[in-house]
Amino acid sequence: MELNGRDLAKRQRIVGAIVLGVGLLFVIRLFQMQVTTDEWKNRAERLTEEQEVLQPARGLCLDRHGDLLVTNVPSYDLMVVPRHMAGIDTTALASLVQLDRAELERRLAKARRYSRYKASPLMRQLSAEEYAALSSELWRYPGLSIRTKPVRKNVYGIASQIVGEYREVDREDMNRDSRYRLGDYKGKSGVEAQFESDLRGTPGIRHHLVDVRNNVRNTLTDMDSLPVTGADVTLTLDADLQRYAEQLMEGKRGAVVAIEPATGEVLAFVSAPSYDGNLLTGTSRGAAYDSLAKHPWKPLYNRAVRGTYRPGSIFKMVQGLIAMEQGSISPRTHIDCNRDIIGCHGGHTQDDLRRAVVHSCNPYFYEVMRRMVNQHPDKDKFDNARLGLGWWTERIKDFGLGTDLGGHIPGTRLGLVPDTTYYNNIYGRRHWTFRTIYSISIGEGELLATPLHMANLAAIMANKGWYMEPHLIRDIGGKGKPESLQVRHEVAVSATHFDPILDAMQAVIEDKSGTGRRAYTPGITTCGKTGTVQNRNKADHSVFMALAPRKSPEIAVSVYVEYAGAGGDWAAPIAGLLVEKYLHGDVPNTERERRVMGATYPLDPQFAEVEPTQPAP
Amino acid sequence: MSPRRFNVLYQLDWPTLLVVLLLVVLGWLNIVSATAEAEVVWDLSGKAGKQLIWMGVCACVMAGLLAIEGEFYIRTSVLQYLVILALLTAVLVVGKKVGGARSWFGVGSFGIQPSEFAKTATALMVAWFLSRHGRPWRTLATRLQSLAIIALPAGLILLQPDAGTVLVFGGFVFVLYREGLSGNVLLLGVSALVLAVLTILFGANESWYPFVGTDTGFWWFLISFAVFGTCTLLLTRAATLPRYRKRTTLWGTLILLGGMAFSTGLHLGMEHILQRHQRERIHVLFGIDVDNPDADYNIRHAKAAIGSGGWTGKGWAQGPMTAYGFVPEQETDFIFCTVGEEWGFLGSTGVVLLFVFLILRVLHLGERQRSPFTRIYAYAVASILFMHVLVNVGMVLGLAPVIGIPLPFFSYGGSSLMGFTLLMGILIRLDAERFSVLR
Repeated sequence: MELNGRDLAKRQRIVGAIVLGVGLLFVIRLFQMQVTTDEWKNRAERLTEEQEVLQPARGLCLDRHGDLLVTNVPSYDLMVVPRHMAGIDTTALASLVQLDRAELERRLAKARRYSRYKASPLMRQLSAEEYAALSSELWRYPGLSIRTKPVRKNVYGIASQIVGEYREVDREDMNRDSRYRLGDYKGKSGVEAQFESDLRGTPGIRHHLVDVRNNVRNTLTDMDSLPVTGADVTLTLDADLQRYAEQLMEGKRGAVVAIEPATGEVLAFVSAPSYDGNLLTGTSRGAAYDSLAKHPWKPLYNRAVRGTYRPGSIFKMVQGLIAMEQGSISPRTHIDCNRDIIGCHGGHTQDDLRRAVVHSCNPYFYEVMRRMVNQHPDKDKFDNARLGLGWWTERIKDFGLGTDLGGHIPGTRLGLVPDTTYYNNIYGRRHWTFRTIYSISIGEGELLATPLHMANLAAIMANKGWYMEPHLIRDIGGKGKPESLQVRHEVAVSATHFDPILDAMQAVIEDKSGTGRRAYTPGITTCGKTGTVQNRNKADHSVFMALAPRKSPEIAVSVYVEYAGAGGDWAAPIAGLLVEKYLHGDVPNTERERRVMGATYPLDPQFAEVEPTQPAP
Repeated sequence: MSPRRFNVLYQLDWPTLLVVLLLVVLGWLNIVSATAEAEVVWDLSGKAGKQLIWMGVCACVMAGLLAIEGEFYIRTSVLQYLVILALLTAVLVVGKKVGGARSWFGVGSFGIQPSEFAKTATALMVAWFLSRHGRPWRTLATRLQSLAIIALPAGLILLQPDAGTVLVFGGFVFVLYREGLSGNVLLLGVSALVLAVLTILFGANESWYPFVGTDTGFWWFLISFAVFGTCTLLLTRAATLPRYRKRTTLWGTLILLGGMAFSTGLHLGMEHILQRHQRERIHVLFGIDVDNPDADYNIRHAKAAIGSGGWTGKGWAQGPMTAYGFVPEQETDFIFCTVGEEWGFLGSTGVVLLFVFLILRVLHLGERQRSPFTRIYAYAVASILFMHVLVNVGMVLGLAPVIGIPLPFFSYGGSSLMGFTLLMGILIRLDAERFSVLR
C-alpha cells in the first residue's frame, strides 16, 4: 500500500490536530487547576502563609471591692532553634540551665525532631530569677532565645478552688475548639474555665509569608488584626474575708460559705483544706498536683458545694417556720419533751418554740412533724404519711434545700430532701408511715444539704422569707449581672413567723446556757444556730449557721468543721470571727482568734485515736 | 542556486522569529523572577545574568546561522551527526556526573550538554537520509536504516541516562509518519499507551482484586486481559465473513499475544529496570499510594504554585511559592510553575498558545517547501518542540510523570537555548531559500 505525495501531504492535518489537541488539553487543565477550584490555591497558602497569633492579655479577676485576685505576670520559656545549635558546648549549657547533660541532650533531640528551623521550648516557665541568671549568658548560644508568655498569678494565693486552673490545652481541647493550638493555655476549672470565653479575649493575627525553610520573608499587613484584651471578671468575694476564712480553717477539714443576704452574693467561699493555686502553675505543677490529688484530706474536693451533710439541729428552725405557717403550732405552743420516742439532751421538760430551738429539743420537733404530716384525720396512716410528706417536701424545697440553687456555681450538688417517690422506692407504696420516716423531723435521716444550702438558709432567715440565687460573679467586662441573679425567690412563710425563730437564734448566742456562745461578739447582734452532725465511732462534725447584725443583716454564714465535735465548739467561734471581721473590718487579737487559729486535730479530745491526723498540705 | 541577488532579510519568516524572540524574553523574565530571591538581577554571575549572556551569544549565533547558505547545512549533515555521536560517546566516559546522569562536559564554569545538540544533528541527518532516498518506505533496508539513525543517538543518551531526551527522540515518529510510515504505527502507539496505563493501574492496585496477596495484582490483570481478549476475538471471528476468518484469527491472536507480551514486559521493566524514584514518580502520577512521603513533594508544590495563580496571577516577581523556594528546579524544568503562579490562567494559556502557534507555524513552513530536505527537517523541528512542550508542561500540570526536560526557549540553561537556536536558525535559513530551490 503506497501513498502518493498528495496523500501524504494530507497527513499534516493529523499532525496539526494532535498538536492543537494537546494545546487544548493543557488549556483545559490550566482552567481546571487555576480557575475552577481553590484546592491548589489553598494548598499554596498553607505552604506559604503562616499566621502568627498575637495573644491578648487575659482578663483579670477582681474581688467585690476591685482588689486584684488574679493577675497576669510574665513567665519565660527558653526556646531553641536546633539549626543554630551546631557545635555548642552542651556541658556548659547543661550547667547553665541546671539540667543534667543527658536530659539536655534528650530535650535537644526532641526539639530537633519537631523542627530544625522552628523554635521549640527547651525549658518552660522559668521564674524571673532563673531568667535573670540565664539572660547574661544567652549571647553565647545563638540558637537560644527567651519567649515571654503571660501566666496567671493568684495575688494572695486564696480562693484557688473558685478561681480554678489555667494551664496548657490538651489534645481534647484542641479537637473541641480549633482556636486552641498546641502550647496555648486555657482555663481548666473554676471561674477560669466557666468564663473562658470572656477572659481569653480575641487573639490578633499577623500574617507572614514564609519560605520553604520557614523563615519569615514578608508581612501581609492588610489582613492583620490586633488582639482584644479579655474581659475582667469581678467576683463577689471579699478578698480580706476570704483570706481570713482560709486562715481560720487552716489545719482543719470543712467548709465556710458567707453570703450577703440582700443580694445573694457570696462573700467567702472556703473548702478546707485549701491550697495556694500558684503551686499549680509552672514547672512544678505535676508534682504539686500529684501531692494534692493523693492527699487523704482531698484538698481538690470542693466541700462547700460538693460536701453533703445531714443538716441536723439547724433544720429544726425550718420545721418551726413551716409549721407556724401551716398553723400546726404557734410560737406559744408548748410540747412535752417526751424522751420515750426520741432522745433529747439537756434539762428541759415543756418548751415553747423559742426555747425548743435554743435547747434543740428533739421530741418537740418530732411532734411538730407528726402534726404536719398527719393532716387528714379521715385517711389511714399510710395515706396520711404520703399526702403529708408530699406537702412537706414542697415547703422544704422552697427553702432551696434539695434543689439546685441556681447562680451558676459550678460543681454544686443538690443535697437530698426525700419525697414520697423516694420512700415508695425504698419501702414500696403504702408500706411506710410517719413512724418510718420520723428521723427527718429533726434534720437527720435521709436529709442532706451542702454548706452552700445552709448559708443560703441563713440568708433566708436574714431576709425573713426570701433569697437571691447565691452567686460568685458580680460583673463580667462591665455587662453587669444577668437578670436571673436579681430575682427574689420568695419562701411561702410570712415574715412575722421569722421573729420568734430569730429570737431563738439570738438566744442561742446570747443566753448564758446558749450552745453558740462562742459566736458572740460584743457590739454585734448575731443570730445563730449550732448543728452537730453525728458520725459513727468518730467525732461529730461541728456546724454553725449565723447571720448579723439582726436588724439589717449584712452577712449570713455557714461553717462546717469535720470531726471537730459539737457545733458550739469550733464552728461557732469561726462564724463569730468571720462576722466580726466582716462588720468591724478588723479583729482585735483576742483569745477566741488565738484558740481557733492554733487549733489542730484532734479537735474533740474524746475521739483522739480515730481523728484524721494527717497535716494539711 | 538562483542567479538573482539573494537578501536573506527579505525572505525570513518573521512570525516564527518574533515568536521565538518573544518566548526567549518571556522565559528570561520568569528566570529573573524565579531566581531574584538569591541574586541581584543585573549581576552577570547570577543565573539571570548568565542567561542574558547566553541570550546574547545565541543572538549572534542566530545571525550567523541565517547568514550561512542552506546548502552548507545539507552537506554537513552527516558530518555533524557523526561528530555528535562521537561526543555522546565521549561524554559517557569523560563527562561530569550531575544529578546521577553523565551528560555534561564541564568547560570552566559553563557546562555543555551534547544531548541538546544531538537533536539538531539527528534532525538534519534524518532529513538528509530520507530526502536522498526519495520514497524511503519502499524497502525494508531503508526503513531499518532510518530507524537506526534515530535510535543510535537515542540509545547513547539512554546510557547517560537521560530518559527525558530519549522521549523527545520518540517524536521523530511524526516525521516518519509524514514521510510514509503507516498510520497504524501511531494507532499502535496510542494503544500501547492505553495498555501501559491499564497495566500500571491494575498492576499496582492489589485492593481491586478479591483473593490476592501482595505483588500478584498484575498477574490477575494479565489473566483477565487474556480471557477478555480471547472472548472478544471469538466474538469478532464469529461476526466476520468466513473468507476473512483466517486473517482475523491470525492478526487477532498476534495482537493479543503482543499485547500480553508488552504488558508483561512493561510490568517487569517497571519492577526491575526502573529506579525506585522513577517508579514512584509514575505511581504518583496515577494517584497510587507510595511508601515514600516525599515522592510527590516536587509535583505537589509545582501544582500548588500553578493552581494558586487564579485568573490573572499574582504579578511578576510576586509569587511567594516561586520567590521563597517552594518549587524545585524552578528556573529550569519547572519554569512553567512561575508562569502559572505569577501570570495566572491568562498568562499560562498565552504561553501554551504561543508554543502551539510556533509548532503549527513550523509545520506550515515544512509544507510550503519544494525541497524535501527542508520539509523533513521542519517536521523534525516541530516534533522536537512538540515533545518538549508535551512532556514538560504535562509534567508540571500533573498529566505526565516527572521527567526532567527543559521548556524550549523558556528554561534557564545555555545548552538548551543554544540547541534550540541552532534548530530554529537552520530552519529559518532553509525556509528563506525556498524559492531558490529547484524541485
